[in-house]
Amino acid sequence: MALKLSDLKTSAHNDWCPGCGDFGILNAVQMALAEMNADPSGTVVVSGVGCSGKAPHFIKTYGVHTLHGRAVPFATGIKLANPNLNVIIEGGDGDGMGIGAGHFVNSGRRNIDMLYIIHDNEVYGLTKGQASPTLGLGKKTKSLPLPNINQAINPIMLAVAAGYTWVARGYSYDVRHLKDLIIKGIRHKGYAFLDVLQPCPTYNDILTKEYWAGEGNLDASGRPQPRTYKLEENGYDGIVHSDDEAEIEKKVQQAILKSFEFGDHTPIGVFYQNEFVPTYEERLTGRSPSYKTNPPASQEIAKPDGTPLTNIDKLLDELRVS
Amino acid sequence: MKRDDFSWMIGGVQGSGVDTSAIVFSKAAASGGLYVFGKREYYSNIKGEHSYFQVRVSKDLIRSHVDTVDMLATFEEETIFRHALEVRSEGAIIYDPDQDTKRLDTIPTIEANVKATLTAELSKAGLSADVKGVIELARRRGVHIYPVPYNDLLKEVGTKHGETSLSTLQRMLNVMAVASSFALLSYDQELVKDAVRKQFKSKPKVAEMNADAVGAAYGFMGQKYAGSFAYKLSPVKADGTRLFVRGNSMVAMAKELAGCRLQTYYPITPASDESEYLEAHSEMQLDGAASQGEPRLAEAAAMKGKGAIAVVQSEDEIAAVTMAIGGGIAGVRSSTSTSGPGFSLMAEGLGYAGMNEVPVVVTLYSRGGPSTGLPTRHEQGDLRFALHAGHGEFPRLVLASGDLEEAFYDTVRAFNYSEKYQTPVIHMVDKALANSDGTIPMLDVKRVKIDRGALLREIKDVTNGEFKRFKHVESGISPRAPVGTKGGVYWLTGDEHDEVGHISEDPVNRDYMMEKRMGKMELAAKEIPISDRANFFGPEKADVTVVSWGSTKGAILDAMEWLKSDGITVNFLQIRLVNPFPTEYVTALLSKAKKVVGIEMNYSGQLIGIVRERTCIPVEQMVIKYNGRPMSSEEIYDAIKMIHEGKAPKRMVLKRGA
Repeated sequence: MALKLSDLKTSAHNDWCPGCGDFGILNAVQMALAEMNADPSGTVVVSGVGCSGKAPHFIKTYGVHTLHGRAVPFATGIKLANPNLNVIIEGGDGDGMGIGAGHFVNSGRRNIDMLYIIHDNEVYGLTKGQASPTLGLGKKTKSLPLPNINQAINPIMLAVAAGYTWVARGYSYDVRHLKDLIIKGIRHKGYAFLDVLQPCPTYNDILTKEYWAGEGNLDASGRPQPRTYKLEENGYDGIVHSDDEAEIEKKVQQAILKSFEFGDHTPIGVFYQNEFVPTYEERLTGRSPSYKTNPPASQEIAKPDGTPLTNIDKLLDELRVS
Repeated sequence: MKRDDFSWMIGGVQGSGVDTSAIVFSKAAASGGLYVFGKREYYSNIKGEHSYFQVRVSKDLIRSHVDTVDMLATFEEETIFRHALEVRSEGAIIYDPDQDTKRLDTIPTIEANVKATLTAELSKAGLSADVKGVIELARRRGVHIYPVPYNDLLKEVGTKHGETSLSTLQRMLNVMAVASSFALLSYDQELVKDAVRKQFKSKPKVAEMNADAVGAAYGFMGQKYAGSFAYKLSPVKADGTRLFVRGNSMVAMAKELAGCRLQTYYPITPASDESEYLEAHSEMQLDGAASQGEPRLAEAAAMKGKGAIAVVQSEDEIAAVTMAIGGGIAGVRSSTSTSGPGFSLMAEGLGYAGMNEVPVVVTLYSRGGPSTGLPTRHEQGDLRFALHAGHGEFPRLVLASGDLEEAFYDTVRAFNYSEKYQTPVIHMVDKALANSDGTIPMLDVKRVKIDRGALLREIKDVTNGEFKRFKHVESGISPRAPVGTKGGVYWLTGDEHDEVGHISEDPVNRDYMMEKRMGKMELAAKEIPISDRANFFGPEKADVTVVSWGSTKGAILDAMEWLKSDGITVNFLQIRLVNPFPTEYVTALLSKAKKVVGIEMNYSGQLIGIVRERTCIPVEQMVIKYNGRPMSSEEIYDAIKMIHEGKAPKRMVLKRGA
């Protein structure tokens, strides 16, 4: 039976501000899962804390709303315990690149088969609009008393440098394009990162919906030009096609160079994709072959009467002295 | 006090095989049917600083170390300077006479105050501040001195094996020192050679050369010093199978047996060895039921025969604990192991597990704090913190093991409790236990039972596809279907939540959920038998009642035996489950005790405070220690004796240990 979009909605009251870019991301995630006919009880959406953190409560799959900045390690534990689950992480930019930056970087070294979506609105919304790690130096969004004193992190460059094997950017009001990216990210074998430009109508009065639609960015004939463009429609190919060091290096450099384009001409789409890197699950299987055939969540550890099934005789033998 | 055991010490520069030599010594003794207890002391350093190992050997059960050194085996100068004067009169020092001219002031790794004290002592005796001087002072104090020309003996061994490099040969200095010791004790040479061969079994050539080094040392000692040392060590027949184990690996083995299948860690002393053991043994046989003499049952055969534990080195301890909780969320027995600094970072994660009723086990190896503290030294300073880490209120069980065997069985219990009460369990072990070696009787694997509590394999009871993970039930323990279970979905959140796990700030729901979670502690207090919550040793009525927890257990039990032969009766209450605290039991015992003495390895008497808080009974007499070195049975013996004689201050601080 095909999964309908309505099957993925919950009765939890959605208290995001009217016009919030989060709605676009939520719709795109639900549309992607419906289109993929995902099993709701085989899917887990893991979030951090902030406005984006509430997202799982509005999606009728398993939802794990965790601690501020810790969605990635929670998701890591869930996925490694049960590698058969489809694990999607949703977090904010402050959650992922501020308080959770250590996890953002180090999870890139593992290449676990998950998708990490960042709701990137450049502000801490739920605490009333402070500057987030993606807000540029000198920018003054609505509730800042003074312009931002820190430089911005470039999430795309950081993800590529950290080792994510699929790196993309979407725009929350281009829901269909975003939905397609989410499907690609889920299907990617390895760790996928999706940075989503997300207007915050309440606190970010710079990167508004109107801004992205082209307000003030007029062409010669005076028509507003949208500030995003699609990589795939502009001859950009971020995919690594062969397991060749030279090609990988070229594609990494290309993605990093591309990541500097931001503002009037902001690329969305897939910056980088490399499926030749072994996943962490494969690496674990290399160490312990039964990880794949009998992963932790499938293992029986005791008989019904409580007798342990693990045989530690060999370990005990190593320690015998008499 | 009469000891009929033997206390041997070896020291050396870290990285020069001190640990190996102590293991060889211990195994050679243990394979001769003797009981062994070993204690390792080392600096937070990789190479260059001084470390030493003390091994106590006896034909009777021993559970602790003593301060007295009966024999000191050395192969370099620093050990002589630091420990020569700890050797008792009539004891022995084995040393290399080539070291005689080494001066104390040229050794950069000895602290200035230690140098000053020793120099003053030597000068008072009219002796020079060099090896020769210290050795002479020890001799004057009645210690037998045994010079052994290691290098000459090594060269002989080298000639036989075609090895001319002195630096290669000198790698066997440690084994030479061990063999010289055993030779003086007239111990069976073959047992020493066997232990050496086993130690180097992966390198047969090295093994043979080392075995020959044993022979050379025996040859020299026999010729030169035969019959000169009064104490003899002989093999005895052991009463059954024994294991020679270390604390870290006991916990690791028990984790595998308990069914732990996700272990996360960030490197930290003294916890990492456990995770490394698990990494090295990650692939397991799952036919345990069959190996216990039962026919291989159909269900056992269906278990695919093999299983693995995923061991993940995380980027920090925040990730370590949250990954482990993730594993618990997915229905897998999961744990992380750490020490104080790492545990500090885990506080918020613990609260999440408490709030979402996720089973997770944190093995906490305490060491000297606060901050980086004494990273490689011992302390029991984290008990209060284990009880209270995290903001807000949530249930947790805190379990403290007293010895190597308890560490094994308690590990399994920690997982059982965490699943039964669906909450975090903190299992406290400490540096002294982690780095103690000892002989124990063969573990009784049959005693171990796994209890997964209200774990569901499938979801049947859903409303609109939603499963009530936090369903109102009288016991407070809702049936738990892991995330990923087919048939329904639910949510988890760090926010207060309703029965399906959606955020709720409703005051009525809040009351219910707080009472549901916290009520589980009362249930645990009711259900867990007192025999698993506290141990009581000794006669019902005694002159002195000791209350303690954790690794002081062995030293207290050993001291009790000596005190008994002195006519002082002592009984001992060991708290094993600190939370939920066995309040009624402790109240009943302590209220009829004649004199209560609290013994623990911290500054403020943390357990003593908890006893007072829970029972309203003040423990007026405390014996504490915080210099980073575990309590010896001798100093506990002396302390209790002083207390019994009314000569002790109310707050008695123990100071021994190098």
